[in-house]
Amino acid sequence: MKKSRLTMVLAALLPLFLFLFPLWKITLEAPQYPTPLGMYIYINDFADANPHDIKNINLMNHYVGMKYIPDAIPEFKIFPIVIIITTIIGLVVAAKGNHKWYLYWFIMMLLVSTAGLIDFYIWEYEYGHDLDPRAIMKFTNPDGSVMGFQPPFFGSKDILNFRAHSYPQLGAYFLAIGIALGYVAYYVGKKEKQTVKTSS
Amino acid sequence: MKKCTYSLLMLLGFALTFMGCGEQSKSSNGALTSNAAEKVYVAPGEHDEFYAFLSGGFSGQLSVYGLPSGRLLKIIPVFSQDAEKAWGYNEETKPMLNTSHGFVPWDDAHHPDISQTNGELDGRWVFINGNNTPRIAKIDLSVFETTEIIEIPNSAGNHSSAFVTENTEYVVAGTRFSVPVPQRDMPIAEYKGNFKGALTFISVDPEDGGMDIKFQLMMPGFDYDLSHPGRGKSHGWFFFTTYNTEEASSLLEVNASQNDKDFIAAVNWKKIEEYVNNGGGTKMPANYAHNVYDEETHTATSTMKKEVLVVNPTEVPGAVFFLPTPKSPHGCDVDPTGQYIIGNGKLSADLTVHSFDKMIAAIEGKKFDGEAYGIPILKFEDVLAGQVKSGGLGPLHTEFDGEGNAYTSFFISSEVVKWKLGTWEVVDRQPCYYSVGHLMIPGGNSRKPFGKYVVAMNKITKDRYLPTGPEVTQSAQLYDISGEKMELLLDFPTVGEPHYAAGIAADIVKERSKKIFELKDNKHKYGIQSDSDVRVERNGKEVHVYMSMIRSHFNPDNIEGIKVGDKVYFHVTNLEQDYDVPHGISIIGANTSELLIMPGQTETFVWEPKQPGVWPFYCTDFCSALHQEMQGYVRVSPANSNIDLKWSLGE
Repeated sequence: MKKSRLTMVLAALLPLFLFLFPLWKITLEAPQYPTPLGMYIYINDFADANPHDIKNINLMNHYVGMKYIPDAIPEFKIFPIVIIITTIIGLVVAAKGNHKWYLYWFIMMLLVSTAGLIDFYIWEYEYGHDLDPRAIMKFTNPDGSVMGFQPPFFGSKDILNFRAHSYPQLGAYFLAIGIALGYVAYYVGKKEKQTVKTSS
Repeated sequence: MKKCTYSLLMLLGFALTFMGCGEQSKSSNGALTSNAAEKVYVAPGEHDEFYAFLSGGFSGQLSVYGLPSGRLLKIIPVFSQDAEKAWGYNEETKPMLNTSHGFVPWDDAHHPDISQTNGELDGRWVFINGNNTPRIAKIDLSVFETTEIIEIPNSAGNHSSAFVTENTEYVVAGTRFSVPVPQRDMPIAEYKGNFKGALTFISVDPEDGGMDIKFQLMMPGFDYDLSHPGRGKSHGWFFFTTYNTEEASSLLEVNASQNDKDFIAAVNWKKIEEYVNNGGGTKMPANYAHNVYDEETHTATSTMKKEVLVVNPTEVPGAVFFLPTPKSPHGCDVDPTGQYIIGNGKLSADLTVHSFDKMIAAIEGKKFDGEAYGIPILKFEDVLAGQVKSGGLGPLHTEFDGEGNAYTSFFISSEVVKWKLGTWEVVDRQPCYYSVGHLMIPGGNSRKPFGKYVVAMNKITKDRYLPTGPEVTQSAQLYDISGEKMELLLDFPTVGEPHYAAGIAADIVKERSKKIFELKDNKHKYGIQSDSDVRVERNGKEVHVYMSMIRSHFNPDNIEGIKVGDKVYFHVTNLEQDYDVPHGISIIGANTSELLIMPGQTETFVWEPKQPGVWPFYCTDFCSALHQEMQGYVRVSPANSNIDLKWSLGE
């Protein structure tokens, strides 16, 4: 089999690791939590970093009127289907063997991932800003607006007494490598075609 | 020689008044070297290297200290009611203090010992004896709570106890006082020959630590003082010191000090175990409580047992022997190799050390020096390994550093003496402030002591601390024994009278320490899993409140329909699942203790309202920023009113 096709098969399969490994992790550090509170986001679930972390995050957050982290969100149904479909498309594209289609798959994956990230941002924004008006503690920004408690989208930031970290995890890395390999497959495929041309 | 004895007695008489101790302190206080403070300093946020479990004596409790800092970490209620933890007050733990004499909410807690595997401390359980109403308690070190108490029948003054064999096969409960067995009304003057001394062997389940009396050895009517298991080559034997081999019943300070030598009773328990397993022994009617606390139901149950297996030592030839030992020996200690058995003659100046090998040879050669009630007495010279001529007075208890050195406390001369096993020469001595009783080296009762520190438990403190009226604190002292010379590092106050202690490297215990109770594993009869289970039910004059607590509210927090004369059971479940977030609860007029409930746990208290009104309850443990708001009301109506039960939260 051609190298490009092999790469494309790999590219299509790697995102499936999302079903094994978490996509993202949000960690909350505070002096009274020597073991920080943490939440993993899988493609189809939220999960505790340590037992009962989500329950304890909810307990903390209720002071400022944040809603409880839901047991499930609609994305948990949509994302797995999307990944399975894109993988199937990727495999079909690999079977077809036309390197231009590899590029289209790559672009499609970029769009899908971007949509996912935007969705994640919106969810985080909602979670951090849709506060109960009867909240026990109310905080305002220096400009007088109501303080939001949105965790960072990517990176680390201070929220009241917590230092919050938000970073992609192994599942996301596999997805990223898969997407990148789509481009590599295209590039290698293009090279292979040129070689065939010159040699014939 | 005569002159020597005379002057010794003079000295003894003088020392017994404790006057001698005060003078010692003046000269030795300056012995503290400048770096002692550094050696006991444990920086903020750092952990101590050892756990020390000190018995509380008359407080009936076990206190947990960190070493070398001497910081008090926890008081574990064992044989006493403790309002701080509602131990013996709440419905769950009341059965733990049940006995054949009824509810006995106090005891004299003496000798803790840590469970062992292959002769090394495994840090799973601590066993401790209740001396007064004979009992053995087991403390589970995953939760640092008492989880089992078994009463000892046919026994009185459960003193030579609670020591464990090298795989925790048995914990022993030797009687201090001999008594009529079975108990009966008889003249006290007919003690001799009629009273019996029960040595009880309690088997311990290797998996869950469950205790059960395997057999009782019915010994002659002496007083059995302390004991230690054999180890290594002497594993399978247990050694008990005796006094009052005279069998006196009155003025024992004189009448029980007549014999120049008392005995160490050597018991081959493996032989007796085999005899019992083959159907030996006699089942005897008895009545004793066995109390077990279940971690899943968070509830104790008390069962009365009706029978005990009794073994007459003469029925098992070759199982029990007496080793003559001067002079009313108290401590009975076996060195880490299992070779030497040290009898600390408390009225003596010298220590008597017996050799296990010589004992076996003497038994095989049948070199007996008579018998007592059919039990062979070995010849003193045949079993003697050596004597430590110390010049101290009143040796009480010996522990070992695992490097061939022994450390003996001397009560009367108030000092710790370090000496060498085998050569019996004194290496060093350090004064104690004052009148040291027992001492402890972490792991000292095992094959592998952690020979870094020795803790002396002192009986008198006098001028050592700020005075607090006639009652001053009891105390312990910590010595560094890592060098050739001992060095006094620290003294620290103790809770109750520290009779005895056991210590262990912190690393062995702390990894196993539980942080919460899993709510989903809570099988309490009245426990609830979530707010949807919250309710109040009436059953005649009994009202059961199924309540939850979480930061920062009770559910329900308004209850109506309670009447004067009702018996209200508050079954309160802490729904938290976060480390170190207990909540407490009590209600005005409650005549038990508040409840302190750990995450995932359910506890129950009973409240019997006497007056109509609206009565508040509140969280008694500062739990969160809104702790002060964690409160509620119960409306109590007159007995004849017909207000329906109603409960709510946030309405």
